[in-house]
Amino acid sequence: MKDNAVLEMRDIHKSFPGVRALQGVDFTLREGEIHALMGENGAGKSTLIKVLTGVYAKDEGKIILAGNEVMIKSPQDAQRAGISTVYQEITLCPNLSVAENMYIGRTEAVLQNWGEMNTKADEILKSLDIPAKATQQLASCSIAVQQMVAIARAVDMECKVLILDEPTSSLDEQEVQKLFKLMRDLKARGVGIIFVTHFLDQVYEVCDRITVLRDGKLVGEYEIKDLPRVQLVSKMLGKELDDLSDIHTGDTKSCAEDDSVPVFEANDLSSVEGIKPFDFTIRKGEVNGFTGLLGSGRSECVRAIFGADKVVSGTVKKDGKVIKIQKPIDAMKAGIGYLPEDRKIDGIVGDLSVKDNIILALQVMKGFFKPFTKAEAYKFADEYIKLLGIKTASADTPIKSLSGGNQQKCILARWLLTHPDYLILDEPTRGIDVGTKVDIQKLVLKLAEEGMSITFISSETDEMLRTCSRLIVMRDRKVVGELKGEDLTQNKIMSTIAGGEAEQ
Amino acid sequence: MKKINTQIFIPIAALLILLLFNLIADPSFFKVTLGYNSVGNPVLSGYLMTVLDCGSELAILAIGMTLVTAATGGQDISVGAAIAIAGSVILRVLCGHDSRPTELQAPIIVAFLVACVVAMLFGAFNGVLVSIFKIQPMVATLILYTAGRSIAAWINNNELPIISDPKFGYFGGLIPGIAIPTPFFIAMGCVIVAALVLKFTNLGLYTQAVGINESSSRLNGLNPTFIKFLTFVILGLCVAVTALIKVSRLSSINYSVIAKDIEMDAILAVALGGNSLSGGKFNMWSSIIGAYVIQLLTTTLYKFNVQSDALPAYKAVVVILLVVFSAPTVRDKMEEISKKIKTRKVTKGVV
Repeated sequence: MKDNAVLEMRDIHKSFPGVRALQGVDFTLREGEIHALMGENGAGKSTLIKVLTGVYAKDEGKIILAGNEVMIKSPQDAQRAGISTVYQEITLCPNLSVAENMYIGRTEAVLQNWGEMNTKADEILKSLDIPAKATQQLASCSIAVQQMVAIARAVDMECKVLILDEPTSSLDEQEVQKLFKLMRDLKARGVGIIFVTHFLDQVYEVCDRITVLRDGKLVGEYEIKDLPRVQLVSKMLGKELDDLSDIHTGDTKSCAEDDSVPVFEANDLSSVEGIKPFDFTIRKGEVNGFTGLLGSGRSECVRAIFGADKVVSGTVKKDGKVIKIQKPIDAMKAGIGYLPEDRKIDGIVGDLSVKDNIILALQVMKGFFKPFTKAEAYKFADEYIKLLGIKTASADTPIKSLSGGNQQKCILARWLLTHPDYLILDEPTRGIDVGTKVDIQKLVLKLAEEGMSITFISSETDEMLRTCSRLIVMRDRKVVGELKGEDLTQNKIMSTIAGGEAEQ
Repeated sequence: MKKINTQIFIPIAALLILLLFNLIADPSFFKVTLGYNSVGNPVLSGYLMTVLDCGSELAILAIGMTLVTAATGGQDISVGAAIAIAGSVILRVLCGHDSRPTELQAPIIVAFLVACVVAMLFGAFNGVLVSIFKIQPMVATLILYTAGRSIAAWINNNELPIISDPKFGYFGGLIPGIAIPTPFFIAMGCVIVAALVLKFTNLGLYTQAVGINESSSRLNGLNPTFIKFLTFVILGLCVAVTALIKVSRLSSINYSVIAKDIEMDAILAVALGGNSLSGGKFNMWSSIIGAYVIQLLTTTLYKFNVQSDALPAYKAVVVILLVVFSAPTVRDKMEEISKKIKTRKVTKGVV
């Protein structure tokens, strides 16, 4: 056992049907440290946290708390063992008072001494310097203070391990600073804090140590001073810095001449999702992409282009003409297609058949009073099932019973069927098998050759290098760079993503 | 295709069970006799005719209720009250200022159209609450459910108008020379209109898409708010047609009793049709058969001299069975059991 470790997780394994979410992950948390848990989507961060808090049962491995092995079978077990979690979304009751929220569900006594409870709550709030009163209704506090109350509750339960799961994503700069102060106070009291976030700046500001996970495996544990940002990014993405064996072959990619009128152009575009206004152009037959870590705002950018989020500023031009895109149908009518990032929530219409899912967008464009005949619909569906090699029992099978990759192909078919001039693909290859990934990349290049403009977003940088001729790099919801030609290398991308210490 | 077949199987099975029960208990249930009523018109009478006659209002409402359920994942509980309003409007237009007119003050068609507009406006009111203000449908429609019957009474200054023109009675009774009750024809008309609308527009696809995945529907260019709103307006139209039949049956109105609790039967029809009450995929024909099955159940219970006060208790039993059997946990269990039986058969065969 390492010195003053409050929590050790050893060789944790966890599988779900078809996925090995955690494979032999170790994690050590010491007394009085803030420990960042980093990794891209699907790296296993949340699974690890859920194993630790008893939401999932681990398949293998040990959890050692303060030197004793413990079995955590439920969130209640975890709480009793001194492990508390504060989530991104507040899980308290907004219509109860602050004190009630701090003490709810913690006593088995039938009677509650309200006066004493309020005094105690006020003491804790004061000692932690949280700007809230015990009797105040929780909903009247800002999100940041609500989060702090959740932390105060955890502290009062004498937690030794505090897990903060993306606590800062809905806070503004000042609130983040207040939260950091509280975190440092707790650290001084000897609480071990696990901090999950996507914001690199924050990691370097407040953390002592970093554990990086990738594809369910442990990449390593590092002291913050030993791991420059660029290295952190490369470890998260799984690319070695000096890995120059790039597949990048510029001439195979379609690059259009610069003097033609762009197919699509945006100026100062921003949406309610809080991205900084950005400019964007794409030419006929061009494939470009937005890159950046998860949460950097790359999806929000394309959602703003498609009108999926409410646009708050900026002008857009299609083929040089100014158009208004306020909702998706406007974009669709202008010849833009959008394959969304989250297939389940935004893409498929689960209970409907493969056929209905494929024809949906074109049908909506055609109009309410002009439904396709059954024969037409089946013709379209069968054509694309064949073209994209969608594996389905029939065109009438509900789409939800297909595998992820085949669902994705259906959504792709839906947009190809509308014959857009400009197609946005947000993570078209996420969670699908390698063969299909390659198919989709090939298809993108083929479509571009035929003259379609495509924006391609992927968490896997090499996919983007293979397909895109220009990359727009994002960090913390801001466009921070644009790379093309010679600059399209792993190194350059990573250093631009990391920013700040780019010269390392 | 297979999926649809299994769904429509539910109400048909219920229908067959009820018919079989009647066949065994008392075959006279199926007797239909041709007679003449007091005015000398031919009329078919018998329990089955009662089912066809009285089930019609429910079948018409089931059309609208199915759409509302599919798109919003909730139900409209104000249809009974809305029928009172629409019925009251019809009478008010027909009577003018005199509550007992000797002749109609306006053509029936005008009265009906005015009622349609009013009922659709009240549907629109519910629709706005649900689609724009995102209020849970049952809570939103609770407002009209509470206020509707008072509004209906207010429209006619709380008087009870009576129409003496026999022509007005045709809609809820018999057209001279035709022995089958008119409501059945009206219901069939509505069913045909619904079938045509579903065939020649995308109403079915859109409501289902919105009910299954609102976010995805929006990204495919649909306007979920408008589609939800539209389903309530369509239900308003169904309400107006039902109201015409209801007031025509009495040639008058009783504000507190007319179409009482009909909303529950309409919701039950949708459920009995095997449609998910939380929205999404629907089968209209299944709901319509479900409506007639409910009337068949009611008529059967009457035949066996169950007091009308006790009726709801019996219906409740049916609802319990229905809900329990369609619950996912039970369905999974049943599938498991049927699989086990099958494998056992197979192994036995091998032995």
